[in-house]
Amino acid sequence: MCEECGCTPKDHHHDHEHDHEKTTRTVNLEQSVLERNDQFAQANRQWLKERNITALNMISSPGSGKTTLLEKTLDALRHEIACAVIAGDQQTDNDARRLAGKGAPVSQIETRDACHLDAQRVGHILAETATPQTKLLFIENVGNLVCPAAFDLGEDIKVALLSVTEGEDKPLKYPTLFSLAPVVVVTKIDLMPYLDWDIEACRDAILKIRPDAKIIEVSAKNGRGMDAWIGYLKQLAAED
Amino acid sequence: MHELSLAIDMVAQLEKALSDDDSAIEQIHLLVGVISGVEIDSFKFAFPAAAHGTRAKDAELVIEQVPMVVKCRACGRETRPGKPAAICGKCASIDVEIISGREFVVKSMEVS
Repeated sequence: MCEECGCTPKDHHHDHEHDHEKTTRTVNLEQSVLERNDQFAQANRQWLKERNITALNMISSPGSGKTTLLEKTLDALRHEIACAVIAGDQQTDNDARRLAGKGAPVSQIETRDACHLDAQRVGHILAETATPQTKLLFIENVGNLVCPAAFDLGEDIKVALLSVTEGEDKPLKYPTLFSLAPVVVVTKIDLMPYLDWDIEACRDAILKIRPDAKIIEVSAKNGRGMDAWIGYLKQLAAED
Repeated sequence: MHELSLAIDMVAQLEKALSDDDSAIEQIHLLVGVISGVEIDSFKFAFPAAAHGTRAKDAELVIEQVPMVVKCRACGRETRPGKPAAICGKCASIDVEIISGREFVVKSMEVS
């Protein structure tokens, strides 16, 4: 409809001085909306590669035990492999404080309103976190199974954590993350005797989404299964 | 709600592609893969807030959903497996390459 006189092309019976044709043009973009993040991620990846640092992006629901696993991991690797940690949370530096004093530099990113870490924020803090000795960089993402999966941080590996107090079918409910994570750590297995947790059903769910996933079952609390996790990390650090 | 930050990034990207003579973005064509991790409804909900005060503020979103397609390394076929597992829809091999389904792409925009 013509905005100036209200006529439509059908009842176009009078002459106009103004132009009816609204000129529009098509701009072809074919651009990923995540392009900007991906560029920062690529820069991070390059930076890490030049320094032979292997980065792990640790993603899980809130409360699945990322920080406890990292505490015990830093203890176990303390005199063997130089580690560094970037911890992301919406607010507080509680995680960074828990992880401090274990021989590894730790930085905290407070994302404020954001539900995920992005590559730009991680890039800003990389140089001040990693040292020339660093071999493994753990990036503890904001506790969230959905949003962090969409943002490449420049890591080598996404690690998904799933605690036994969550449902066995979580990988089926949140397939995006589990399809991107070649390693899944099932945490808090010391609680299994108290729960109706079916480990086989959980393994099936993980493998249904990612058939080649490496599944590591641990209790950071009593140490069960930690050997497999630490062994995996040592292997990663030795690959460079 | 990472859709809001995606919407903000997209609007910034579109603004950058505009020339000074362009007065408004009328329409935005997007491709959203089923395993992109982007919830279309959330993105539509977030978009007006991201576009507020920009030349995209009155733009219409035209969103095309892209199915997951995998190419099987065992039997060589391209199939659309049922969501969410990436396995060959013909021979059920797990040795597949994901051809599409992850994209979140601005295909084009109509500007006036």
